[in-house]
Amino acid sequence: MNKLKDTDIQAVIGWVLRTGVMLSVGIVFLGGAIYLYRHGHDVTDYRTFKGIPAYVQLNGIINGILTFRGRSIIQCGIILLIATPIIRVAFSAVGFALEKDYLYTGITLLVLLIILASMLGGHAG
Amino acid sequence: MSVIELTIIILIGSYFAGLLGSLTGLGGGFIIIPLLTLALHVNIHYAIGASLISVIATSSGSAAAYVKEGITNMRLGMFLEIATTAGAMAGAIAAIYTPTQYIAILFGLILITSALMSLHKKTVQLTKHKSYLAQKLKFNSSYPSAEGPVEYNVINVAGGFFAMLFAGVISGLLGIGSGALKVVAMDGIMRIPFKVSTTTSNFMIGVTAAASAVVYLQRGYIDPGLSMPVVIGVLLGAVTGSKILVQSSSSKWIRIIFAIVVSVVAVQMIYNGILGKI
Repeated sequence: MNKLKDTDIQAVIGWVLRTGVMLSVGIVFLGGAIYLYRHGHDVTDYRTFKGIPAYVQLNGIINGILTFRGRSIIQCGIILLIATPIIRVAFSAVGFALEKDYLYTGITLLVLLIILASMLGGHAG
Repeated sequence: MSVIELTIIILIGSYFAGLLGSLTGLGGGFIIIPLLTLALHVNIHYAIGASLISVIATSSGSAAAYVKEGITNMRLGMFLEIATTAGAMAGAIAAIYTPTQYIAILFGLILITSALMSLHKKTVQLTKHKSYLAQKLKFNSSYPSAEGPVEYNVINVAGGFFAMLFAGVISGLLGIGSGALKVVAMDGIMRIPFKVSTTTSNFMIGVTAAASAVVYLQRGYIDPGLSMPVVIGVLLGAVTGSKILVQSSSSKWIRIIFAIVVSVVAVQMIYNGILGKI
């Protein structure tokens, strides 16, 4: 019988983290190139906080990606980057469950629950 | 300033931030935030948002390498992540309602503390004492070394947990990895060997930052135009840093110079915070 070991989980987690970072940074880079091409000579001002622009909300992002807007593509990469460690936690939960380590499956699910609470906490602007 | 000029300046600055952050172990956020706010007059909320994203990138990238080596204590990290993510969520919510000048002052104070702590010589004695909680939670482990596996025990679980809660709040409030605080909690309080505490802290930083980044993202504090050069720059810098083999003698000098630079920056952050310019 194949027994799943900690080292197997470690290998999978390492792969998830590496792939997530490379993929998301690649997307950010692509979006950045388009953004600079289209807006490179615009004048910026980040002195004051300007609220939430349309291209970072979900509908806006999807629309933006379809219309090839650089900032929407960057934001898509950033969301993937934020998701990477969260996906890592989800993989750990599965790994601990397969190992039949129920104490740690519970601990891992609790961490996911806290992140979910943070996401849905109603602190969006 | 035009978008392309700003992007190039931030890209170069972030590269050096990532390089220094990886050489000293303090992380890139310590330089990114002052660079954006003091030098480029970016709103501190945007600066923190961009820094958080770069923290996730570097921590996840290097964690991938460490996890494979088998030094990271994944159970310990997972358990302490309960504290750091809960703290980070609280910190991110607090950041929304805290006036920016207080954030700047607090940032300066934490910056000085971390710089001083990074100079502190680390000598951790392995403890033979077996704590009941640590045994129940299966923390006691071993790590590979040149002389074969080194066994270690973990003590003072509750104390470490509360210190991590604090580290999480700071991370969520200021957008830094607060790796220095995490390492202190693990070395000083829980008596974990330095190699294990640094890699495990790094392993936790990504999740901690993600827990507050989801709040920042929804508030619109994470601006793609700023985050793009910051993430790319810091990541490239960190990769360069990990390729440079630092000898222990020169590493001490790097730390001292870095501590001085960081203290000067910290004083400026506090000064501008008090004047309400940030």
